[in-house]
Amino acid sequence: MDAKIFDMGEIDIAWCPGCGNFPILKILKQALVELEIEPTNLVLVSGIGQAAKIPHYFKTNVFNGLHGRALPPATAIKAVNPGLTVIAESGDGDMYGEGGNHFLHTIRRNPGITNIVHNNMVYGLTKGQASPTSQIGFKTPVQVNGVFLEPFNPLAVAIALNASFVARAFAGDAEQTKQILKKAIAHKGYALVDVFQPCVTFNKLNTYQWFKEHIYYLDDSHDQHDRNEAFKKAIEPEKFPLGVFYVNTEKATFEENIDVFKRDKRPLYERELDIERLRTLIETFKSSN
Amino acid sequence: MSKVSSIASKDDISIVLCGQAGQGIQTVEHLLTRIFKLAGYNVFATKEYMSRVRGGANSTEIRLSAQKVSAFVGRIDILIALNAGAVRHVEGRISPETIILAERAELGGDFDADRYRFIDVPFTETASRIGNKIYSNVVAVGTIAGAFKIEPEMVTSYVKRFFSAKAEDVVQKNLEAVNAGYELGTGLLGSSEIKIDISRNGGIQEELLLSGAEAVGLGAIAGGCNFVSSYPMSPSTAVLVFLAKHGKDFGLIAEQAEDEIAAMNMAIGAWYAGARAMVTTSGGGFALMIEGLSLAGMLESPIVIHLGQRPGPATGLPTRTEQADLELVLYAGHGEFPRIILAPGKIEDAFYLTQKAFNLAAKYQVPVFVLTDQYFLDSYYNIASLDLSGVRVEKHMVETRKDYKRYELTDDGISPRGIPGFGKGLVVVDSDEHDTEGHITEDLDLRIRMVDKRLKKIDLIRAEAVPPELRGPENYKTLIVCWGSTYNVVKEAVTNLARDGISLLHFKQVYPLHERTADYLNKAERLIIVESNATSQFGKLIKLQTGMDIENKILKYNGLAFSVEEVVERLSGLLPAG
Repeated sequence: MDAKIFDMGEIDIAWCPGCGNFPILKILKQALVELEIEPTNLVLVSGIGQAAKIPHYFKTNVFNGLHGRALPPATAIKAVNPGLTVIAESGDGDMYGEGGNHFLHTIRRNPGITNIVHNNMVYGLTKGQASPTSQIGFKTPVQVNGVFLEPFNPLAVAIALNASFVARAFAGDAEQTKQILKKAIAHKGYALVDVFQPCVTFNKLNTYQWFKEHIYYLDDSHDQHDRNEAFKKAIEPEKFPLGVFYVNTEKATFEENIDVFKRDKRPLYERELDIERLRTLIETFKSSN
Repeated sequence: MSKVSSIASKDDISIVLCGQAGQGIQTVEHLLTRIFKLAGYNVFATKEYMSRVRGGANSTEIRLSAQKVSAFVGRIDILIALNAGAVRHVEGRISPETIILAERAELGGDFDADRYRFIDVPFTETASRIGNKIYSNVVAVGTIAGAFKIEPEMVTSYVKRFFSAKAEDVVQKNLEAVNAGYELGTGLLGSSEIKIDISRNGGIQEELLLSGAEAVGLGAIAGGCNFVSSYPMSPSTAVLVFLAKHGKDFGLIAEQAEDEIAAMNMAIGAWYAGARAMVTTSGGGFALMIEGLSLAGMLESPIVIHLGQRPGPATGLPTRTEQADLELVLYAGHGEFPRIILAPGKIEDAFYLTQKAFNLAAKYQVPVFVLTDQYFLDSYYNIASLDLSGVRVEKHMVETRKDYKRYELTDDGISPRGIPGFGKGLVVVDSDEHDTEGHITEDLDLRIRMVDKRLKKIDLIRAEAVPPELRGPENYKTLIVCWGSTYNVVKEAVTNLARDGISLLHFKQVYPLHERTADYLNKAERLIIVESNATSQFGKLIKLQTGMDIENKILKYNGLAFSVEEVVERLSGLLPAG
């Protein structure tokens, strides 16, 4: 497969020149091609924000829903047709702020979807306010004295909830990010990939250079199945580790837990109402249950 | 007052059970209604209850009749009072004819037995003798069954079946309780304290006994519903519970979402991928779904919303009833997009309309509401049957070609609905204004075409509207208008009024209104509207759609359903003497 299969051709892209979204777009297409996922069998689900526009630059099935609400439809799409590859992708404000409750409960539900979060620690589309992941002291037109809210730590939260796959990547590192994304997409249950992504317009603090100085990769000595160790890594104060923090392959997915596919593997759209069974159920109201 | 009570002349008896939450009134209601139906009586039951798990005062009304009964009456012929608060709770409904069956010791010191037709029945004493006072509710079941001379085998076999999942000794104790109660009941008969003579009809055994909530649930299954995502909220939860219980036999996914926002967005996602999805909620929960409703409007996604109304604003009266969310569902959602609002009046309507809601949603790719309320959902009565011959699951779904465009501009505004993975095309939907492919656009000329495309569907929808049901003569002088759950009560009230020239017009589709609505209203010299809300929301909607003002309003908004007598009285007040 050729990565061009996902290209939209000549289109106007709404991102700023130099935006960290561009490499993520390119890397994701490459990862999908290497996994041989067909555009017709893929659904990209997003919310609202600059990162959430990514499905429009992708030739595939798209559900671009509401701000913060990518995860519930992504869960449902996978649940009614588990044969589809479903990726829910948006920014940090969308996934961790507006959609925070869905983030928590989607992890608990464990649908077989990949959750890619472009984390630039700032609100881009609304022009430069703090995001849930903005660092302490970050000044904005709204947070005029600097951010004093504890930054949201998505990895620590996900690990605390026993998410089945938790990773972090950096948009400035194409090869490693592609490998992490491939693992996440191939993973059976819910997979979180938080991707550090510089915002060249509104975040003059967390630049490409700043990220390079504040990240390091987990090495082979890290045990991805050790939840305590993963949590420790997730809350390290100085530098941000990258790579796969935690994997739990023992959890059943949402689609496996619900009854409907246990005897019948067909997606719901292929099925018909069993009218005789309905007749039987109605009959029970004669003698009454 | 006389201790000898006879209600022999009645062929329609209202029994009210009243006690505190936790005293097993539900069990009594369930057992008695089923046993009476087995015995060949027409039955109707409804309840009103407080928002608490224990204590307070709750009541259930059971009507037994030789004729079909389907509405709440204020009158109480027999009151079974299980505690001291019970008589106080229904005091306003007790008449000199009301017989109170209760245990003197349970009614407290300030109960003045001489003021009532009171019969001391040792429910608790009998239960305690059997082993535990918790059986007193089943003793009461036996007492009533005995007083009505229902065959003892019929009673014991149903009680045995009802408790069959319980431990052997529990079944045994309940059987002892019901038998002991039965003897108390026949004893009452023997001393001619109560005489009851309602003719029985064996054919009723073969009828269906369904609540409004069960009818909505069955209708959803018949509509091909295979995905329900919701957050529990009274009074709509019963539908979620029903679908969770029976859904697995129909390949239905029932998911309790983290909140109503998720529930709505899941349901829309489910339709996108080819499921037929519904949410069930009440006004407060629906308030959280409104953002998602607007999304459905923009995506042109089908969605079925069951909304069981209760009084608001805010938490309001959580377990009570009202018809005050019509304007909410009519105007909910930012932006302009078509919708359909259905409001069942009969139990049968709930089945057929909910079934139809799925086909309408799929055909027009719009939100379809099924608007009920606590009274409707919690009431039940026997109906002859449900006809499945007309049940068709219309998918309105296409296999996509490579060049598929989700929002292809068509003459009627309906673009063929593809789903991902079915066909060679791609399905793109976007909450932003979009082009024909579904991708984000800021082409403002295209914007106009897309708005027009979405809105023009309303004409097709109106042309297919469910007509209002006229009951009574065509050449009426007075027309009484109602909608949704008030149908049966207003129907019975109009029958009881027995006045010439009065007809009833009931709407089970309240938006868009059927094209003949104005014709019906124009023919009347006098219009009266009956609604369970404070501002006549349906009256306002009629005025908006037809320009006609209905000045005579019978409104109720204390949280309780209209009774037949109340509607008769208030109608009489609006009609000229005669």
